[in-house]
Formats: sequence, C-alpha cells, structure tokens
Amino acid sequence: MARAVGSNVRRKDGDAKVTGAAKYIDDLTFPGMIYGATIRSTVPSARIIGRRVDLPPEFTVADHRDILGPNYVALIDPDQPCLAVDHVRHVAEPILLIGHAHKHALIDIHKRVTIDYQTSTPNYDVELSDLCFKKISIDKGDIDLGFRNADFVVGGEYRTAHQEQLYIETNGVIAVPGDGQMTVYGSLQCPYYVHKALVVLLKLPPDRVRVVQAETGGGFGGKEEYPSILACHAAILALKSGRPVKMIYDRVEDLLATTKRHPSIVRHRTGLTRDGRITAMDIEVLMDGGAYATLSAVVLSRGVIHAAGPYRCDHVRIRGRAMMTHTPPNCAFRGFGAPQTQFAVEAHIDRIAGQLRIDPVRMREINALRPGDSTATGQKLGNDTSALPVLRAAVKRSQFHKKRKQWAGSNRGIGLSLFLHGSGFTGGGEVRLASKAALELTARGARILVASTEIGQGTRTMHAQIVADALGVPYDSIDVNDADTAFVPDSGPTVASRTCMIVGKLLERCARGMRTRIGKLTPAQYFKKHGPFTVTEEYEPPPGLLWDDNSYAGDAYGSYAWGCNVVELEVDPVTFEVTPIKVTAVAEIGKAIHPMMAIGQIEGGTAQGLGYALTEEVVMKDGRMANATLTNYIIPTPQDAAPMDIGILESPYRHGPFGAKGVGEMPIDGPAPAVINALRNCGFDLRSIPATPERVMKAPRI
Amino acid sequence: MKLTVNGKTRNVKAHPMKRLLDVLREDCGLTGTKEGCGEGECGACTVLIDGVAVDACIVPVAHAEGCRVITIEGATATRTGKALQNAFVVHGGAQCGICTPGMILAATPLKTGASLAEIKVALAGNLCRCTGYPAIFRSVESALKTPRRKSSRARHL
Amino acid sequence: MPAIFEKMSLVRPRSLTAALSLLTSDPTLTPIAGCTDVYVGLHFGTMPHKRFIDLWRLKELHGISVDRDVLRIGATTTYAEIIASKLVQKRVPMLAAAAGEVGGAQIQNRGTLGGNVANASPAGDTLPVLAAAGARVVLRSHAGTRTVPFDAFYTGYRTSVRKPEELITAIEIPRIDGRQWWRKVGTRRAQAISKIMMAAVRGKDVRIAIGSVAPTVVLAKQAAAVLSRGGAIAEARAALLAEIAPIDDIRSTGAYRAAVAGNLLEEFWTVTK
Repeated sequence: MARAVGSNVRRKDGDAKVTGAAKYIDDLTFPGMIYGATIRSTVPSARIIGRRVDLPPEFTVADHRDILGPNYVALIDPDQPCLAVDHVRHVAEPILLIGHAHKHALIDIHKRVTIDYQTSTPNYDVELSDLCFKKISIDKGDIDLGFRNADFVVGGEYRTAHQEQLYIETNGVIAVPGDGQMTVYGSLQCPYYVHKALVVLLKLPPDRVRVVQAETGGGFGGKEEYPSILACHAAILALKSGRPVKMIYDRVEDLLATTKRHPSIVRHRTGLTRDGRITAMDIEVLMDGGAYATLSAVVLSRGVIHAAGPYRCDHVRIRGRAMMTHTPPNCAFRGFGAPQTQFAVEAHIDRIAGQLRIDPVRMREINALRPGDSTATGQKLGNDTSALPVLRAAVKRSQFHKKRKQWAGSNRGIGLSLFLHGSGFTGGGEVRLASKAALELTARGARILVASTEIGQGTRTMHAQIVADALGVPYDSIDVNDADTAFVPDSGPTVASRTCMIVGKLLERCARGMRTRIGKLTPAQYFKKHGPFTVTEEYEPPPGLLWDDNSYAGDAYGSYAWGCNVVELEVDPVTFEVTPIKVTAVAEIGKAIHPMMAIGQIEGGTAQGLGYALTEEVVMKDGRMANATLTNYIIPTPQDAAPMDIGILESPYRHGPFGAKGVGEMPIDGPAPAVINALRNCGFDLRSIPATPERVMKAPRI
Repeated sequence: MKLTVNGKTRNVKAHPMKRLLDVLREDCGLTGTKEGCGEGECGACTVLIDGVAVDACIVPVAHAEGCRVITIEGATATRTGKALQNAFVVHGGAQCGICTPGMILAATPLKTGASLAEIKVALAGNLCRCTGYPAIFRSVESALKTPRRKSSRARHL
Repeated sequence: MPAIFEKMSLVRPRSLTAALSLLTSDPTLTPIAGCTDVYVGLHFGTMPHKRFIDLWRLKELHGISVDRDVLRIGATTTYAEIIASKLVQKRVPMLAAAAGEVGGAQIQNRGTLGGNVANASPAGDTLPVLAAAGARVVLRSHAGTRTVPFDAFYTGYRTSVRKPEELITAIEIPRIDGRQWWRKVGTRRAQAISKIMMAAVRGKDVRIAIGSVAPTVVLAKQAAAVLSRGGAIAEARAALLAEIAPIDDIRSTGAYRAAVAGNLLEEFWTVTK
C-alpha cells in the first residue's frame, strides 16, 4: 500500500479553502444573533473614577459586575482582569462591553461612553520596572573558573522589539448561550484554554461549556491565549442579553489591543581561548511582558534555555527576568522567546569571530554542540544532534565562502546563523499537560479526535497521514473531527511545535492499538461485525527524561530540531534599503511527515523572520501602537519576497511519530541574526532589530 | 439594483455606497470573499469586476451595478480559476486559506505562461502571512503552465 | 469598522454638465471616483463628509489623448490605464512608472489621476511627476473652464485653488524636453506609502520635484538652478536641503528623508548624464 507518511498527500482542507466553502468565524451566523463591541482604556495607567453610559435600552451594557465567577482570565497567574474594575494598566485595557442587534449601531460607540480617569505616571522601561513576573537562573559549572580559563572576554548588548503576528484573519468569536450552558465558536488555537477560562469566569461545570474551533485564518501564537479573553467577553454579553453574540475585531482593534512578541534586551559576556573555543558564557535576558503576566514566565523560560544557542560550554550563567510595563500585554508568537535570545547569541558569535579574526563558519565548527555534549541546562544530547550537518549543508549550498570573498568591500553581504529549537513543552510541562488523543473506528476507516487545531500548518493532514500508516489503511479513509470540546479530549494547546511530535505520537499509539484490536480485518469489516470503538492514549514521557524546576537543570526538551540560515543581501547606497537576495535555510527535523507542508513551515517562518529583521516595527507612542493599520505595519508583499533555497535533513527522533521532531517554530529563530551578520559583513555594525533603512543609515561603520 | 455575480443576475436592495464586500457577504450570502483589513491593503477581499481585480472593501456597490462580478465561488467556472484552485491545493499555495480566495482571483486575469515577474505584479496587492510566498508562486506557475525555473524547487537532502 | 452608509447620500449624474450643475447648487457635495482614498477615509472615520457625487462613469472625464503636442489625461483615467497607454509610455514614461508603483493591481484598477491630484496628499504618488513635467490642471465649473499650472495648484497642506463648485476634468502635460527620471522610496516594494519620492527632468532646463518632504509637493527651484548652471552636486544638495522640510513620522525620520533627498538628487544627476 502507498505510504502516506513522507509523501505529499492532498490536504484534507485544501478544496474547501480554494473554493470559498471553508467557514471562518465571521462567515457564521446564529438565529437572534447580536453584535458586541469593547470599550477600552485610552490611558496607560490610571484609576477609574467614573463611568457614564448614555444608551437606550436596545443596547446591552455589561461590566465587571456582570461576571458570575472571579474576574480574571484563567491562564497561569490570576492577575489579568477580564474587565477592569477600578484601575487600568495599559492603553486598550477592556472596561465595558456593549451589545446591539445591528453592527452599525456599534460604530463609534465609544463616543457615547465616558470614562473618567485619575492618571498616574506610566513606566515603559523594563529596567526601571518594579514588578517582575518571573525570574529564572540557569547555572552550569563554575562561571568564574570559565572566565579564568579565557584568553579574551567579549561583551555585547542586543535588543529586539515588538513583533505583531499579523494573521490575515483577525480575532473573532461567537458565544451562544443555552440553558445553564455556554458554547463559544471562534478563531483559535487552543479550545481547552478557552474552555478553562470560561469555566472559571462563568462558574459553570466543565460539561456545560463547549468550545468549537471555526476554520482559523492564521494564529502564529497570537490566538493561543487572546481568544480566551474575547470568548469571556462575548459570553458575558451573551448571558446578559440572552442572545448569541458575535464579536469580530477589525484590524485596528486587533493591532491595538491584542498580544505581541516580547521585546528583549540580552547582554552577553563571553570568555574564549585565543583559538576561538568558548570557555564561559554569562548571559542576562530581560523581557518586556507588558501590563499583565499572561505567558511571560514561559516565554522567559524558553528564551533563557535557548540563550546559549547551539554551543557547548562547560561554564554557563544565565539570568532572566520578565518585567511589567504599562503597555498591552505581550504573549505568544512563533518562537516564544527563542527568536529573541538566539538573535543575541548569533549576532554576538559573529562579533566575536570578527574580533578574534576567526572565520564565522570555523567559529561555529569549533563550538557547536555534538552528540554526547551537554547543553546549558546539562542535557546530554543524543545522536540526533545535527548542528554540524545543517551548518555544513547550508554553507555548501549557499557557497558561503566564495561569495564572502567575491563580495568583500561591496554593497553585498552574506551572513549566517546556527540555531536549535526544543520541541514540545519545557521540562515537566508535557507531563503536567497530560495530553490525550483518541481514535474512533468508523465504517470507512477511523476518525481522529484531538484538540489540536488546524491553523494552516496542516494539522488535519499530518495527523491523518500518521494514523493511516500506523493503522495500515488508505489516507482517504481517515476523517478528522472538528476541534470541539464536546467531542475531543484535551490534547493540549496547538503551540510549542508539539502537534506532530507529541500529539502525533499519541495518535500513532492509538492507531497501533486499534490495529491490534481489529487484527487482520479491515476497519469496514470490523465495524460491520462489532460496531465502533474508541482508543484513547495519554502522554507518557520518554524514559529517562529528567528535569528539575527548582535548579532549572536537566532535560529541557525531548528533542531539538536544528537549523542554519545563510542570508545574502544588498544594501542600496542611495536609500539604505536592505534587499535580501537569497536565503538558504537548512533544517533537520527528524522526519518530514508531509515534505511540502514542512517546506511550507520553513518558508513561512523564514519570511516572518525576515520581516522581524528588516521592516516590522511596532511604533509605540505613550504606550499605544501608533501605526495600527496594515498600511503602516510593514510585512513583506509578494514583490518583497526573498528567493529561498530550502533543504531538509532527517535524523529521526526515537520517540517522535515516524521519527518526527517539531518544525513549526524553528524557522523564525534564524533569519534575524543571519541578516544582522550579513549587514556586519558589508560594513554595518547593528545590534538591534528591525534594521530599517533609517537605522542602517545611522549605524556605525566597520 | 441589479448585480450580476458569478453569472447570475440578482436584485439587491442596498444603499449605493454600501461596500461591495458587505453586499456580497451579507446580501448575496457569498462568504468566500474575506475582510482582512478594510483599508484596501491586504487583498483578501479581491473580486473581479469585468475581468479586472479590485478590493471589494473599498468599492461602493453602485460601481458594480451592471457589471460582471466574479467571486471565489465563481472561480471554478473559468478554466484558469479552476486550474489555480487545484494548484493551490497541490502545491501548497493554501495554508490557512484566508488569503487564498483573494490570491486566486488576483491571479485569474494572468495569461498562460505568465512569468514570475508578471505573477508578482498581479499579486503585489495580496498579503499572505503563512507561506512567505514561494509556494504561492509555484502554485500559480503550475496552473499557468509557466516553464519551470531551476531555483524554484525546495529539496530533500 | 465600516462607515454608516445609511446616513450618507450619493448623487449619480449622467453627464458632466449635470454634475457641474449639481455642484453649483450644492458645492458641499464631495466628488468620488475610484474611491481608493475616500473609502479608506470612511473606514477610519477620518472622512467627515456625508454627501457625495459620483464621477466614476462620466465619459467626459475619461480617456487619454494628444492634441497639438499636449497629452491630455481625463481625471477619471485609472493608473492601470495610464500604465498601459502607449501615449503615456512614449511621452511621460515617468508617469507610467509612478502609476506602476501605486499600491497593487487592485488599487491601480480603480485609483484615478484626478483623485490623486484632488486628494492632495503630501505623499501623492503622481504629484512630483506632474510638478516636474510642468503639467496643468484643467478645472471646470458650470460657469466655465480654466487651466492652472500644476505648481500653482496647491496652496498648503491638502488645500488647492479648486473652488468647491469646480471639478478637475483633466491633466494636461505638454511635450517634455529632456530625460525623465523618477524614484519612489517606500516602506516596501508594493502597497507602500512613500517616505520620499523624486521626479526630475534634465533638458535645456532642469526641473526637480519631491514628495513627502513638506506639506505639499516641492518644486526644488534652487537645486535645479544650481545644476542648470553647471554647479557642483554638493552645492545642489545644500540648496535642496534648504527647500524641503522633512519631518519625523510613523514611517520614517526627517534625518533619513533629508539624507536620501540629497542622494536621490545625486543619483538623478549621475544616471541622466
């Protein structure tokens, strides 16, 4: 039988998407449905001393008093109010909700509401903040000994800024109330996160809350946590009005109010021998969490664990802090802390190479992690450690050295970055998630029941491929249920590059279990004789995986994917515009379940990384995004698309389905430092991104 | 007013300045055309009016009166449209799918064998966040039978 | 969020005469054509007007022709039509080039030359080209027609000499003597508002016009004069800097615009040698 895994089978959802039949949240309506709008804070820090709402009774108005349960959005820390009570900590903080039967009645509704504020001085500086969401320390070896062993010490400070996920479909939900129950449909990544937030806020039993994912037009982390807030808002209005409530953000509101990537300041102090071997790494990581904690602790976690990059070093000290500022809360965006800290380490390594007059490739050859080496957290790496293979492949494919020589002294530059990305939740996270997957026998094959969501990356298709091969049936006979909490178990969130490696593995086990039970019969035969049955599997950590949350040491992730980017670019001497001429991206991902979709993740993540490096800037003025339109937040258009050369290597991970690791996030870790290093190669000393033409013009020359 | 959408003439009661996008989605029940920004910047709302691509979010329905409007729901009816639809599935041009209807319609006016440069011009007003664009170019080139570029294929090593 | 169209009105005259008549009796009517600016304004709530007059289908305002060596472009001619026009490509290639970098295909298929001129944005993509070309704006009212030289058309930020009862009916561009040069520096390669843009002609005379560096398009007469008389490029750059007033905004900085303005001047002079 033709194997599905490893081949480019037809996407399960392709035909619906290309014909316009796929239903996204704004395509859905319900009988009696009304529309909702949010009244938000216009100041970054204040006490609320008065509210006046002058609206006729055809409007539904809700505030914090209409919340049945505790007034917070349940995630990790209970610090973020669902609706503000007596103070606000950021511009666009939600205060009131207004509902009306006609969408048009809500246009400019904020003009009919007055909020009186007693303002206080906001703080936008992470270093001056007095509220720390999370502190993490990583220590390996003896840092002072490491520096004593060094011939040179090189320091540096690197900064990254906000980045907006910019899914082309904005956030939206519809809350449908019932008798003692609530159903919310939405554009979302994590139905059970939303479910948990609703259960807490509405004080309803879990089986009286239902969350259903609609077709979702992109997430990238921006719909990991934010939909919980929106769902709670719509549910509050739905309860108060007794009607289904649709709330769809327009682009401006989505840009102003929803989460972004954490800005960071990363400081390195590195000890080296004169022949370029790293003896000590001392790293400080500061992340700007915005006004409320959301997932800053976890972003910081991933950030600090990846802060030493793909390098071996016996003596490491990493100190990380996530701090509060009076800006809209930051949260998940593809990479989740790793793009920030790997930008810093890779820019730093190239500066070191320059100072020591060592070739940047040689610098990585000397210091890259090899099988058997241990990471900054003391994790001993296995045979699937591919730093050197991806480096060598990318350097060869791109003809790195030839071009570097050819272009010396010209307007063209070539730079590289080497990086890794841990798949799955950190440390004990997967154990705590205790994810489940289920597989139901059907008359024609089997149906997948998982909470993993399709957000473009190919979840439905990839899961069906794994199940088809593990069950030994055609790919077409596998159906995938909607991500609907009424029917699917909690497979954990669709984040952290875990949907294939962790949940896909659970499904593989389900399928093998199903095959054992049906023996030599086909599903159709077994179904006819005995009817349906369901196999459920729950997460089991791979044997020997040890992590200590207190000392932040041990096996941070089950497996790592490895990547190397080479960026070739040209700087226009008239305008200082930077044009990427070509990006070579080599990724080692264990196994490409669907090669075309894996390449899609690499190309897409690389493009987002180039935007992060060059043009995407959130201009903040007085705690508010000043360029909150698609005209002024600059992502690449087709005319800006950089040609890409993608290579995939496979070094199977024993505990991944068919050897697969994660691939979704890693591609965005590499482009920004490779761009900065290419700019360094053609003479510009930049230590922060985005490297807009205005900043390139002002950069010191090397 | 009379609106001809996907070959079918309908009687629509709408304010002449109502956005064509809203008339299509609400009055005609054709939800395949998407709103990504409302400011004519992302192209997710692209439709064809008399064969030419426009952003429906910034067109008053009055300007579509008496014209032939094609939305994604009508793309199958044209040979290019049908080829594009299949190509976007097979070659990875569609990931999350929200930009896909607009992309396909923006590409529909292109001629057989259109070059990459011509494809980029036709799609310059359509933003995609998932693909980074190479797979979209490959999909359009495949549908239009553009001769294969050497560098366009990604490879397993 | 879309505007509340129910509170607006749209009159749709069938001829230019009828349109001018309507405007005379009600000069507060706001003309619309391709709507690529008006509808964005309505969407963001920055368009205060509620009563509109539709020019989109008026044949008298449309089309490209040449009469006695003057190119005449009707006000409702779209960017797409300008790009495709052999007359424009031959006579004012810098206008075809500028039209080709407005937005993307969807905007080019709807946006009009008259709309760009009437909208009067400091960053209007065709305005430096028309200024450098020595174009003329044809204005018509119920009372009659007049023609205004382009560099006398604007009087300040988004204001012009057009009276409320007048319509821009066409842009006239006489034969251009010399090589044409144009460059737009945008935030990206398509769908971009310009950070700075320069259009220039090098012939017997030198004409240089710059956009996005002042409340209106600037005709850099001093810089052009320096170059015309054979002055050094450094002197021309200095003269140029004194003629522009670039600011910091959400897209760029005054320092960048000033520096790049000088670089564009130098590039123009080198490329057109």
